Amino acid sequence: MSYAATHDQHDDHHGAPKGFFQRWCMSTNHKDIGTLYLVFALTMFFIGGSFAMLIRAELFKPGLQLMQPYFFNQLTTMHALVMIFGAIMPAFVGLGNWMIPLMVGAPDMALPRMNNLSFWILPFAFTLLLSTLFMAGGGPAGGWTMYPPLSLQSDSLAYVVFAVHLMGISSIMGAINIIATILNMRAPGMELLKMPVFVWSWLITAFLLIAVMPVLAGAVTMLLTDKYFGTNFFNPGGGGDPVLYQHIFWFFGHPEVYIMILPAFGIISEIVPTFARKPIFGYKAMVFAIASIAFLSFIVWAHHMFAVGLPLGAEIFFMYATMLIAVPTGVKVFNWVATMWGSSMTFETPMLFAVGFIILFTIGGFSGLMLALVPADFQYHDTYFVVAHFHYVLVTGALFAIIAATYYWLPKWTGNMYSEFWAKMHFWNSVIWVNVLFFPQHFLGLAGMPRRIPDYNVAFANFNMISSIGGFLFGATQLIFIGVLIHCAFFSKKKATDRVWEGAKGLEWTVPSPAPHHTFDVPPVIHDDELAHGHVND
Amino acid sequence: MTSGGIRRSFTAAATLALASFGSVVHAAPGPWQLNMERGASTWSQVPYHLNNISLAVCTVIGILVFGAMFIAMFRFRKSRGAVAEKWSHNTMVEVIWTTIPVIILVVLAYLATGGLTSWADTTGSQMTVKVTGYQWKWRYDYVEYQGKPIDKVGFMSKLDTQSDQTRQLGSGMDPFAVKVGDESTYLLNVDKPLVVPVDTKIRFVITSGDVIHSWWVPATGWKLDAIPGIINAAWANFQTPGTYRGQCAELCGQDHGFMPIVVVVKSKADFATWLAGQQAQSAAPAAAPAPAAASSTAAPQTSQVAPAADAAKQG
Repeated sequence: MSYAATHDQHDDHHGAPKGFFQRWCMSTNHKDIGTLYLVFALTMFFIGGSFAMLIRAELFKPGLQLMQPYFFNQLTTMHALVMIFGAIMPAFVGLGNWMIPLMVGAPDMALPRMNNLSFWILPFAFTLLLSTLFMAGGGPAGGWTMYPPLSLQSDSLAYVVFAVHLMGISSIMGAINIIATILNMRAPGMELLKMPVFVWSWLITAFLLIAVMPVLAGAVTMLLTDKYFGTNFFNPGGGGDPVLYQHIFWFFGHPEVYIMILPAFGIISEIVPTFARKPIFGYKAMVFAIASIAFLSFIVWAHHMFAVGLPLGAEIFFMYATMLIAVPTGVKVFNWVATMWGSSMTFETPMLFAVGFIILFTIGGFSGLMLALVPADFQYHDTYFVVAHFHYVLVTGALFAIIAATYYWLPKWTGNMYSEFWAKMHFWNSVIWVNVLFFPQHFLGLAGMPRRIPDYNVAFANFNMISSIGGFLFGATQLIFIGVLIHCAFFSKKKATDRVWEGAKGLEWTVPSPAPHHTFDVPPVIHDDELAHGHVND
Repeated sequence: MTSGGIRRSFTAAATLALASFGSVVHAAPGPWQLNMERGASTWSQVPYHLNNISLAVCTVIGILVFGAMFIAMFRFRKSRGAVAEKWSHNTMVEVIWTTIPVIILVVLAYLATGGLTSWADTTGSQMTVKVTGYQWKWRYDYVEYQGKPIDKVGFMSKLDTQSDQTRQLGSGMDPFAVKVGDESTYLLNVDKPLVVPVDTKIRFVITSGDVIHSWWVPATGWKLDAIPGIINAAWANFQTPGTYRGQCAELCGQDHGFMPIVVVVKSKADFATWLAGQQAQSAAPAAAPAPAAASSTAAPQTSQVAPAADAAKQG
């Protein structure tokens, strides 16, 4: 990689190791490990994406053309597990690994060896998970939520449970590392309320991870003992309760949703001020909004379970708590728009993806508000309306933010500028086809098409075909992304400046491009006006 | 009670932007259908109107927010010579845009709470039907009608043969050719539908014999999970005779997509005749091997792929 040591070395410790194995497998360097995470996430994105292509191919028209229903169920289950635990989460950890030390003026992560371990667990976890597809009984097919009793019927349960355990261990170690880094390794003068919003969002996300990953581990372990060791946690025949699993799972699952979106909020809060050349509107409100969303995420879990027959009081409580989340989320969107107001904007690719994020994530938020209304949810629940909702918040939300962040920091990572033309091609194709892909799914859900079905009544044929066409083209568009990345890393002739973007503020832009193997060996002297938020008094 | 308030505000709000959507009552989904169906029970108006109101609210907010954003993106471009201002704080607008959403949410919450309370009240029902989900069919048992217990009326209801043959991988058959009359019923038809009377508050008690299913007929306005070991209850009061179609709405294994629900709503007289016929059939078991009882004993033999592995675990 071209961002290997660039500055004059006075000490062997400063260069990147020469051997491939030493450099990448034994790395304790936050930048190299960040790169590993990002490459891993990209790989998983394409594996999970290929599952999605097969799903959309089967759903292209009514009737079964390509696969048996059980294989279809494996695909939907694997698509979710790979995208959530393999693509979105590792991508954010990779971005955090690369950027948090650079943004707070730390020489590396606080626990570099643990950093190596937490990455290298992941390839093994996913090998274990994906290998089930080639086993006699097939992969998991009970949905990524693994509801018993259905999930207990799967022969691959043990593999999935151990894979989830490994992912959980990796996430918890990553979260500990990020918290330790942010709380202990900030350069003198980098007070908490001067940190970039991205760092704040990751600090809060890391606490969510530590709080809920053990809950998931507990839930899936109970599945394991129910299946193999004769316990009856979820077996009504032995006094257990299948709904108990859902409560435990969603106590993990809802904070998990915010684990996948809070760092995205942070990214957008970095990119919009940069290209608006104006400080973020309401910095403290942004931080408090993230914190209050994180808190609320712990008391809304049962809104995933409105149709399981909760008592009236519980349905009302979880409905109100869920609706409350709209307030801090609204504040964030309004603040981004207010940041743009009275600014001086340019629209390079990171900004385009950020604008796309704000609009399309908000559409996902609207459908989220509709889903919160229990009587309406009785109709929406487990239909394509829900599928459309969470793909708007996860694809045009989390994924768009990750892509925006990649274009934003890519010149800092590689030292080269990417091709703005092809990056814009990537954006416009993505934003058009993703809407062709997911918007009609709202209509399908409202008309009554359940999710997780391989075949459907002919009334749903038109919108499914449109959705599939959008899906294929959105998938193909992502190949442009690969091309842009490879070109930028290895072939681009256009060198990036240290500052890269005219309006960029913050410590990461004070180091050379590409960022040398080691940065901030000596803590930087912080000038408040060089920080995005250093002189903001609100 | 509150539902009266709901209805009034519905009539006001429903005439809003969304008048163009779905004023037609669908018994089954239609091609190019854009919005939720109005439903056919007394309660199904509640989700329909809440859907329309919340969609209208979101549309208006969306127009305002995205409108402001597009104006900003047009006016404050560097290429148009815009110079960035320095402010990053304004208490007044922050208070306003925190308060207004709260007010909107309180109104929506009020409407939803009223609708939810009326849904949860299953008292005063005139009929009880027990619904049991199995991999991959439904069983209906008639428990009680107009205060009188019903004995031995119950049957299995599974995907109709024509859909079942058409849906096989590589069947070469055309899903568009599966029709009842001119209604396309591919995957939405059963061998034996649930038959219920019109204008009757029917209490459905819903459970499962194996994994979790979810009983959903959009015309009722709700779905409710069928969970082993738990009996859930909900009610519906159909307003018009007709045939209403739905599907299982909780992933329940390989044939989750192939266990539809059909409810035939008959006039009270027709229903009484039908019920008497069923009772006569079950009273004379020698005449014809009662298909309902036979299939019910076979039902719980289930597994996600094929009868295998953990049959011991799953009852």
